[in-house]
Amino acid sequence: MNPRREFLRRALAGGAAVAGTAACPSAHARGNAEIPPEAIGLLFDSTLCIGCKACVAACKAANDLPLDDNSPADALWDMPLDTTARTFNVIKAWQSGAGTQRNQQTDGYAFMKSSCLHCIDPSCVSACPVSAMTKDPRTGIVQYDADACIGCRYCVAACPFGIPKYDYDSPTGKIGKCELCRHRLSEGKYAACAEVCPTGATLFGKVSALKAEAHRRLALQEGAPTTWPRGNLDTADQPAWQGPAPRYVQHVYGEKEVGGTQMLKLAAVPFAQLGHKPLPERSFSSQSETLQHTLYGGLVLPLAVLGVMSWVAKRNVKHDDETDARGAQDAHAGEKRHD
Amino acid sequence: MTEHTHAAPAPVGGRLLTPVTFTCGMLILAALAILAVRFVSGLGAVTHLNDGYPWGIWVVADVVIGSAFACGGFSIAMLVYIFNKGEYHPLVRPALLASLFGYTLAGVGVIFDLGRWWNFWHILSPAYASPNSVMFEVALCISLYIVVMWIEFSPTFMEKWGMKDARRKLNKVMFFFIALGTVLPMMHQSSLGSLLIVFGTQIHPLWQTMLLPLIFLLSAITIGYAVVLFESCLAAAGYRRSIEMHLLTPLAKIMLGVLAVFMLVRFGDLLWRGALGHAFTPSLQAFMFWLETACFLSPFVLLRGERQRRNPARLFVGGALLMLGGVLLRINAFLVGYDTGTGWSYFPSVPELLVTFGMFAIEVLGYIVITRRFPVLPREDAPPTATPAALRAATR
Repeated sequence: MNPRREFLRRALAGGAAVAGTAACPSAHARGNAEIPPEAIGLLFDSTLCIGCKACVAACKAANDLPLDDNSPADALWDMPLDTTARTFNVIKAWQSGAGTQRNQQTDGYAFMKSSCLHCIDPSCVSACPVSAMTKDPRTGIVQYDADACIGCRYCVAACPFGIPKYDYDSPTGKIGKCELCRHRLSEGKYAACAEVCPTGATLFGKVSALKAEAHRRLALQEGAPTTWPRGNLDTADQPAWQGPAPRYVQHVYGEKEVGGTQMLKLAAVPFAQLGHKPLPERSFSSQSETLQHTLYGGLVLPLAVLGVMSWVAKRNVKHDDETDARGAQDAHAGEKRHD
Repeated sequence: MTEHTHAAPAPVGGRLLTPVTFTCGMLILAALAILAVRFVSGLGAVTHLNDGYPWGIWVVADVVIGSAFACGGFSIAMLVYIFNKGEYHPLVRPALLASLFGYTLAGVGVIFDLGRWWNFWHILSPAYASPNSVMFEVALCISLYIVVMWIEFSPTFMEKWGMKDARRKLNKVMFFFIALGTVLPMMHQSSLGSLLIVFGTQIHPLWQTMLLPLIFLLSAITIGYAVVLFESCLAAAGYRRSIEMHLLTPLAKIMLGVLAVFMLVRFGDLLWRGALGHAFTPSLQAFMFWLETACFLSPFVLLRGERQRRNPARLFVGGALLMLGGVLLRINAFLVGYDTGTGWSYFPSVPELLVTFGMFAIEVLGYIVITRRFPVLPREDAPPTATPAALRAATR
């Protein structure tokens, strides 16, 4: 799209948004946002992850990201310890005791994916003052537009999962985060992390289908043989495999947290131990926006206060002018002293 | 309506180059040099900002605290024009001048902190409008308020340059700008607190509350009065002028009144939410909370009676401690009480601090230059800057 048209489109959309907010003060209090019906996302099953980090490499390649060079010894290996503005996806290892038993709480180890959860009611989108962070109304992808961004980093500070990151080492630094490979969707592809995952630990698909799959897994008896889909759950583009069910923690992380996310997670170890703090079900953005629109909806309250203030000030300011005039005369006379 | 007559504002006069202005100049140069590095090499080159603490003192001190310190104009204007306390009129211009500088610098300071500053205008463009964002509202209100304050202050320049006609015309509509000048700060000073609501559980319960907008607004108003006490005492000492005790003593009482309302809201909220227990657990947050509370309570002790409120030293210290309470409230809410998870820490770097000092130095320098050359402070009979000795003493 040419820049002029893009500007006009934005101007119209922005103007309409402001007018809409201003025009309907009744839309003050709002609960959590609803998930778009066609929303897509990921299901990450920690019990299937073998920590190969193929998804980390694939993410870097798909998003054309530079090395993070976190290796202290030499720069041969890219070993980001956490997501950064140049690394949108990492696999973190968790360990307890001897760390020999996979997916066990005692003496165990497990892997956890860290990347954008694509909240249904994202704090970063609510925070962004220039609509650089937006939620796609169809796919629900939380997407970033560097050309709109002013770099205030309110999104970085607001995200309860610590996901949007800023590049402090560049004079023109951008925010970096997973955008669910939205640039690959138009090519008929899907999220690179899910595409390369050898075990199906990261699974791509419609959120409704992923949610059903997550609950199917939670209902499995430990050890019961079952089928593990891989790649894209909707198209079944990769062959599934057979294997026994693990013992899950009965919690789909992301189903309820801060109003729900489009990335769902399963694990055999409690999520709090895997770096996933418990979060309330009410989204923070709905609280913030309810407050803002209660105070400023339709600009009713500010305009009313302005009206009262203008009326009072008009009465009192006249007297002020007289005083000023007299004061000025006195000053010219240069003799009198007032208290 | 009561009658009040005051000496008209007049330039203080005197030399502009003094040890104080020279020091300010040096601090400003240092800040500019650091900012040059920041714009060439990025924020990481001069600050300790990180993804756990993406906002440091350039946001919290230069903008959030800087604009709260700049509430003198707003607080005094409310008193004079809304509550019709005409006797405080001589305080309006100096307070407005300090506010003008505080806010203009806060607005400029934001640009230093913006990672993609060349897009700054997006925040004022309907094409990028984001009416759900608290920061969008803060930015619009502050930008508008800066313009309103320049209009409110413009008679000072019109007098200096003899623009009588323009001054008369402006006077006819001034009431509207004065009204706007009270509504806009109410909006954004409260919203500077609301900024934190979307942070949710990342903000410690001692500071995270839906009453943040009210708490920030009330504290900003009371800081406004404290700043006027502080500034009046400092200007009187610096320029060897008589202290306007007949105004500052009753003003201190008003300040305590607003402060009492603030404390009631603050502690009422903590009790109602059941969050006060957090203040009794051994933690940095609890310690900082009590430090903040002690600063807010100290003016009630220092300025408890009429006799104490007639003591300039007590007014100065009381005002300064209340300002410190406001500083701590903001630092605590934005930084000490902010936790994005383990492994992150932040303490400002020396260059970061120097830029903040430079920003405050611009304010001091601007205040001195303008009050010496433009009619801001009330005229005094014997110009104190008549002798070089007095001038030198005035700047010490």
